Amino acid sequence: MRVLETGNHLIALVARAVGVEVVSAYPITPQTQIIEKIAEMISNGEMEAQYIPVESEHSACAALVSASLTGARAFSATSAHGLAYMHEMLHYAAGIRVPVVMANVNRAIGPGWNIWCDHQDSISQRDTGWLQVYISSHQEAVDTLIQAYRITENYDVMLPLMLNLDAFVLSHTYMSADVPEREEVERFLPKYKPLWKLDTKLPVTHGSVVYPSEFSETRQSMEEGQENARDVIREVSREFESVFGRWHGDLVETYRMEDAEYAIVAMGTIASEARVTVERLREHGCNAGLLRVRFFRPFPKDEIASCLSGTKAVVVFDRDFSYGMSGALFTEVRSSLYSKSDVPVFNVIVGLGGRDVTYEQIEQISLLGFSNELDEVTWGDSHLTESHMVTFELLGKFRELYGLK
Amino acid sequence: MDFKSIPEDELFLPGNVACQGCPSSLGLRIALKALGRNTVLLVVASCTSVLQGSYPFSAIDVPLINVAFATGGASASGVAAGIKVLKNRGEISKEPTVLVWAGDGGTYDIGIQSLSGAAEREENFIYLCYNNEMYSNTGTQRSGATPLGAWTTTTPAGKAQQRKDIAQIMIAHRIPYVATVSLAYPLDFYTKILKAKNKEGTRYIELLAPCPPGWKFPSSKLIQVSRMAVQSGMWLLYEHEDGETRFNAVTKRIIDGKVRKRPVKDYLEMQGRFSKVLSSEEGKEAEQRLEDEVSESIRRLKGWVPEYT
Ligand SMILES: Cc1ncc(C[n+]2csc(CCOP(=O)(O)OP(=O)(O)O)c2C)c(N)n1
Ligand SMILES: [Mg+2]
Repeated sequence: MRVLETGNHLIALVARAVGVEVVSAYPITPQTQIIEKIAEMISNGEMEAQYIPVESEHSACAALVSASLTGARAFSATSAHGLAYMHEMLHYAAGIRVPVVMANVNRAIGPGWNIWCDHQDSISQRDTGWLQVYISSHQEAVDTLIQAYRITENYDVMLPLMLNLDAFVLSHTYMSADVPEREEVERFLPKYKPLWKLDTKLPVTHGSVVYPSEFSETRQSMEEGQENARDVIREVSREFESVFGRWHGDLVETYRMEDAEYAIVAMGTIASEARVTVERLREHGCNAGLLRVRFFRPFPKDEIASCLSGTKAVVVFDRDFSYGMSGALFTEVRSSLYSKSDVPVFNVIVGLGGRDVTYEQIEQISLLGFSNELDEVTWGDSHLTESHMVTFELLGKFRELYGLK
Repeated sequence: MDFKSIPEDELFLPGNVACQGCPSSLGLRIALKALGRNTVLLVVASCTSVLQGSYPFSAIDVPLINVAFATGGASASGVAAGIKVLKNRGEISKEPTVLVWAGDGGTYDIGIQSLSGAAEREENFIYLCYNNEMYSNTGTQRSGATPLGAWTTTTPAGKAQQRKDIAQIMIAHRIPYVATVSLAYPLDFYTKILKAKNKEGTRYIELLAPCPPGWKFPSSKLIQVSRMAVQSGMWLLYEHEDGETRFNAVTKRIIDGKVRKRPVKDYLEMQGRFSKVLSSEEGKEAEQRLEDEVSESIRRLKGWVPEYT
């Protein structure tokens, strides 16, 4: 079914198409339209699911976990502060091994209050054990949510999956997309067959005390789930292509990397913008290519090493920052290349709090990197404005007032 | 109802690692007998997360999910929704009872938001708070349920504030059933669980759970301390349904004037946690304030409203 919809509404329509049975969520801009649409469809009888309008995100994730343990296909959506508020329960979901999916609309975390796009929210949840995928187009959002349950419900994976889509750029803009009907989806994603479910005749205890003598193994088993997910993601992406005829990459998506001498690495919609940059650079005789990291967890370390080792320079764009170090994507890329290649890797921080990132900007800054003229980490679009000056002036006055040196 | 009609089937098994005289384990044993095998248990982070035994063993013979400290109400909501899904799929015929087992910390303090939200959404589960008036699992710290004057490790000089009345807060949620229970009155306890089982929606039951090491009394005195709590009015037995509160057991006889209420002091003296306060000048005042608290609670439960002026 071809529709013209916002990214948020597409997510809601696909949640219905994949046969989600329990939705538990709490509103936050820019995610609200997802849950409003779901609530509306359930109320109209267009979607058959239990909707739990919880009183907080911590509760949203708690109910998501217990609904899944009971045996339902469960879904949630959140963003930024909501995701941060869930933090404890994100660990819980992964540790107790529930195959749930949550859409996270990537938004900056305050203060200062900012509802616009960056990746700080989900990057901050990197080590919770969730699979993380970053989306670059409306159609990819649709298709990835269908793939998501196949990946997470695989008995060799059984880890929750966070589907990240850029605030406003994807969440609120309208685009035409193909949303498969429920019956079509079922040919690819069968009805949920839980590995465990509530059974009073087979009582099982979940989440009890685990002593040091057994704990490490439970964590290693989570890592095995992540490692198993690599091949599962590859297979599911290929199979999806054969059924629906659409390909968005697997762990990564490459664009003109086959003969590339210089590479741009990015996630989310910056990567879509960077395609235009690659085209333009190629027109001017610079053999650039793009590697879009689609899955950040599990991290595509082998793909990074094999694609980038032969290049002359790599510029990594991060829409997040790990304070005291660098962008998070950059660290992972560089460590994937360690001892495999000496290619210089540069990090550029852009697009925080929804600042626009254009293909011209990506082009200018990438060219500096390709000619080794960037620092290791560059704040690519930072410049002080009049507003900042007002703050500095005020700080000066406070110093004077309180006699602070 | 008599003791002989309580089933012999044990769902809380031997081999658990509870302390001697643990009120939570005795309470759980009685509650599970009343609910039977078609029950799902959710244990909120507390002593009960530990006393059930550790991986890969479990002393609980019904499906059990151990849930995070702040999530009793929310986790129960998820299970309740999941049960509806299983029922719609035709995978279960008789809906199991969902029982949340939480401490006072997980109820009065960190879990109040989640419980309140679930109650307001009229989620279908029984919530049992076993109230030992402190954070026992982490080594006896104060909670919102710790009474005035009681020693804990974070109120070394005795708690300076009064406890809150959470059962009243739950009644204000207009849920179908709220009841208080005591280990010294097991038939009253058992009957109230049965009653709750046969209702729909959020049902709240609170058990006073005197903790021997935390309250500093010998473990053999669990039932005596429980009984004295009721006899002194420091723990009132009642149930609230259909907009009305009814007093039960000894509490009713005290209020009807059939037996004399014992002084709060008799209750305080059974426990080491009040010894500091009892021996001090402020202690006298605390004792009087607790007596006043009992009278005030009874007046409020009787439906007392302040006169308009
Ligand atoms: C978010 C969070 N904070 C703190 C803890 C540590 N903790 C575990 S149990 C507990 C106290 C529980 O007190 P209560 O609910 O009264 O149960 P009890 O131990 O008395 O049985 C605390 C503070 C935790 N598990 N989770
Ligand atoms: Mg307690």
